[in-house]
Amino acid sequence: MRLKEIVKFLNCQQCSWDAAVDPDRYGDIDIEFVHASDLMSDVLRSARRGALLLTGQTNNQTIRTAKIAGISAIIFVRGKTPAASTFELAQQYQIPILASELSMFDACGILYANGIKGVPCKKPTGNSES
Amino acid sequence: MKKMSDKVIFKERFKIKGGDFINGGDASIRIGDILKEVGIDPDIILRITIAAYEAEMNVVIYAHRGTMDFCITTDKVLIKVEDEGCGIEDIELAMKEGYSTASEEIREMGFGAGMGLPNIKDNADVFHISSQIGKGTELDIHVDLPDKK
Repeated sequence: MRLKEIVKFLNCQQCSWDAAVDPDRYGDIDIEFVHASDLMSDVLRSARRGALLLTGQTNNQTIRTAKIAGISAIIFVRGKTPAASTFELAQQYQIPILASELSMFDACGILYANGIKGVPCKKPTGNSES
Repeated sequence: MKKMSDKVIFKERFKIKGGDFINGGDASIRIGDILKEVGIDPDIILRITIAAYEAEMNVVIYAHRGTMDFCITTDKVLIKVEDEGCGIEDIELAMKEGYSTASEEIREMGFGAGMGLPNIKDNADVFHISSQIGKGTELDIHVDLPDKK
């Protein structure tokens, strides 16, 4: 699904773009898989290039994690907006960031109902205590 | 079969400051940019940068300072992270997924879930860790590069 369709489904506001990351260009980013997590460790554990990240974490490390994990766009849920420094970092790395008033649960439900899948989880390494 | 010569193509040392959550991760992102410029396969870059970032953030979160030595050779990428810090008391326990000594503050940032070290191991072809209590920790990460031709 194109990012611009996701933007419509989740009623997203655009947090950022600059001339180089214009909405016409990023609207065409194709999204097949989504990470829905506030835990950056989980995103790094099951990283998949090109995925969309839904999160309530708006700090700088969210942007860095996204850059490292090959995330193609970030949507902040629960109406959260990032600080100016987070915004600047996203611009520097050319990662489009958007915001939705929806809860994580509702945002995920809408996307799932429209055919988007979650990034498959990597199984624990098998040495964890459970 | 080992190639006759494993030549160094690129080498750089990065300094990491403990507690620097503003810039923490910059070195790993730079490593990703360099690997892209060299033309390494994006899926291999993903493994290398994830391992590097987890290691870099461990220094930011737990140590006073550290260095990350990054080296590309003709057949692998080598990353050595050495830090000055409290060290790890029980490495076997630290390698267990879910075990963490991170503070609440770190967890609120989305880290410290006890998955960093196992994730480095999973993304690396070779992984060594050693630590001295009260002195610091040393990680060796190797990722093999496939033959280009």
